[in-house]
Amino acid sequence: MAGAKATKAKVRLGDLVFSKSATAAGTLILITLAAVAFFLFIQALPAFLPEADFHSKADNPLEYVAPFIFGTIYGSLIALVIATPLAIGIALFISHFANRRFAQTLGYLVDLLAAIPSVVYGLWGILVLAPFLNPTYVWLNENLGWIPLFEGQVSATGRTMLTVAVVLAIMILPIMAALIREVFLQTPRLHEEAALALGATRWEMIRMAVLPFGRPGIISAMMLGLGRALGETMAVALVLSPSSIISFALLTSTNPNTIAANIALQFPESGGDYRSLLVGTGLILFFITMVINMFARYIISRRAEFSGAN
Amino acid sequence: MSKRIDLESLNVYYGDFLAVEDVNMVIEPKAITAFIGPSGCGKSTLIRTLNRMHEVIPGARVEGHLRMDGEDIYAADVDPVKVRRQVGMVFQRPNPFPTMSIKENVLSGYRLNNNKMSKSDADELTERALKGANLWKEVKDRLDRPGSSLSGGQQQRLCIARAIAVEPDVILMDEPTSALDPISTAAIEDLAVELKEKFTVVIVTHNMQQASRISDMTAFFNIAGTGMPGKLIEYDKTEKIFSNPSQQQTEDYVSGRFG
Repeated sequence: MAGAKATKAKVRLGDLVFSKSATAAGTLILITLAAVAFFLFIQALPAFLPEADFHSKADNPLEYVAPFIFGTIYGSLIALVIATPLAIGIALFISHFANRRFAQTLGYLVDLLAAIPSVVYGLWGILVLAPFLNPTYVWLNENLGWIPLFEGQVSATGRTMLTVAVVLAIMILPIMAALIREVFLQTPRLHEEAALALGATRWEMIRMAVLPFGRPGIISAMMLGLGRALGETMAVALVLSPSSIISFALLTSTNPNTIAANIALQFPESGGDYRSLLVGTGLILFFITMVINMFARYIISRRAEFSGAN
Repeated sequence: MSKRIDLESLNVYYGDFLAVEDVNMVIEPKAITAFIGPSGCGKSTLIRTLNRMHEVIPGARVEGHLRMDGEDIYAADVDPVKVRRQVGMVFQRPNPFPTMSIKENVLSGYRLNNNKMSKSDADELTERALKGANLWKEVKDRLDRPGSSLSGGQQQRLCIARAIAVEPDVILMDEPTSALDPISTAAIEDLAVELKEKFTVVIVTHNMQQASRISDMTAFFNIAGTGMPGKLIEYDKTEKIFSNPSQQQTEDYVSGRFG
């Protein structure tokens, strides 16, 4: 029947609706992203013109923003260093060690951590975590003070970069653990059995089959966590006692603030070119996040042929 | 080394469910023993008890005795991990580690026991194992490519190379050719025949021609019905099973009257 007549494939309504709506959704993302970038750019532009006047709050836009860029990346990276091993451990425990019912309960509990608003984390950070950690900080400073990270005058309040990093680590932990857990659960049973049949112990099996298979997922989870930590505002604004310096010291009361927290703290009392400058720092945060995501894509694609996805 | 395996009144359970009942047989060294029978008759379950791989499923357990050259591999002080290092296994579908290169795949089992290994030793072992699996010529110029870049039949031979690299006593093959084309199947069959020079080879197969082509001994398993345990019906020389079996069920099965 078809042969001669049907030179063109029949277009079905369902296919058409689906493909158009999918395209529309994809396009919408790009438009939103472009609109945000455009808004930031236009609003920030006055701050970067030579005649900009910041009312003595800043001299030079780049000098102003440098400590915040540093603080943002530094705090987030430490949070990531703390959270990644924990997230992998939790994910491994849930996916490969705990019995099923207990694993499910634990999974729910970890997911619940993600539902707590960040302002609550901030308050908890100041009221509970900072006083709790402070004796440890004193100890670290006394005994390991020769390491530049722990040098300087220890903060009396505990509202330090390290406390912020711990709070951020706890905040990004649930999403990372959940994502990594899903990836670990997808490890093909065939590969696990291949390792076990070679005489691997459970841990060796995890090292041979589960972790390498989950590597792209772990990297994705790290980037997602990092993205969240970079942009986290409330918790940092509440916990950190900020300064405008670049310092690696983790335990002092002069800490480099983060971009997002600085915007939150400064914006209510800002105006004119200084407000533009704050928006400009937001634009920079936007780029940092983008570059990090691109870098993650690159790392994952570099070993794509060894990923097991083929 | 090639070991003789004694199964004595072996029952295999999954929880309360008796999957294989009362198996008594002796698997000879330096020979190929084929397990045949309809689906669900317990032959895959039984082969997995030979290296304690069935224990991967929670609740799976064994009663009776299973001895390798006289040593009970289910004795209380025997670590299943140790058992699996002596008994290599090849699975139904090729499963090289996708994140490892061809060479790393071959060495993966060996590295579990021996962390330190000079590069020349590693190269030598890789070559020996791949030659043993009749794969060397095809892959010698791309040992650093991922194992998953090979064809299905080559991947299966890579898995065999991985298994023999650790120089086990026994090689188990659980339907090793069911996912392969006829030419790759022939390559694996030839290889199995070569392997029996050095190892005890046990193969589960759905393909009766395969069993009659390559095996020395054949065990026929059957079940009375769904939910019933699988039983060893007849175990004898392969020619006898395929030409003049002593049980009616065996004859019906090998002549294609059922299954």
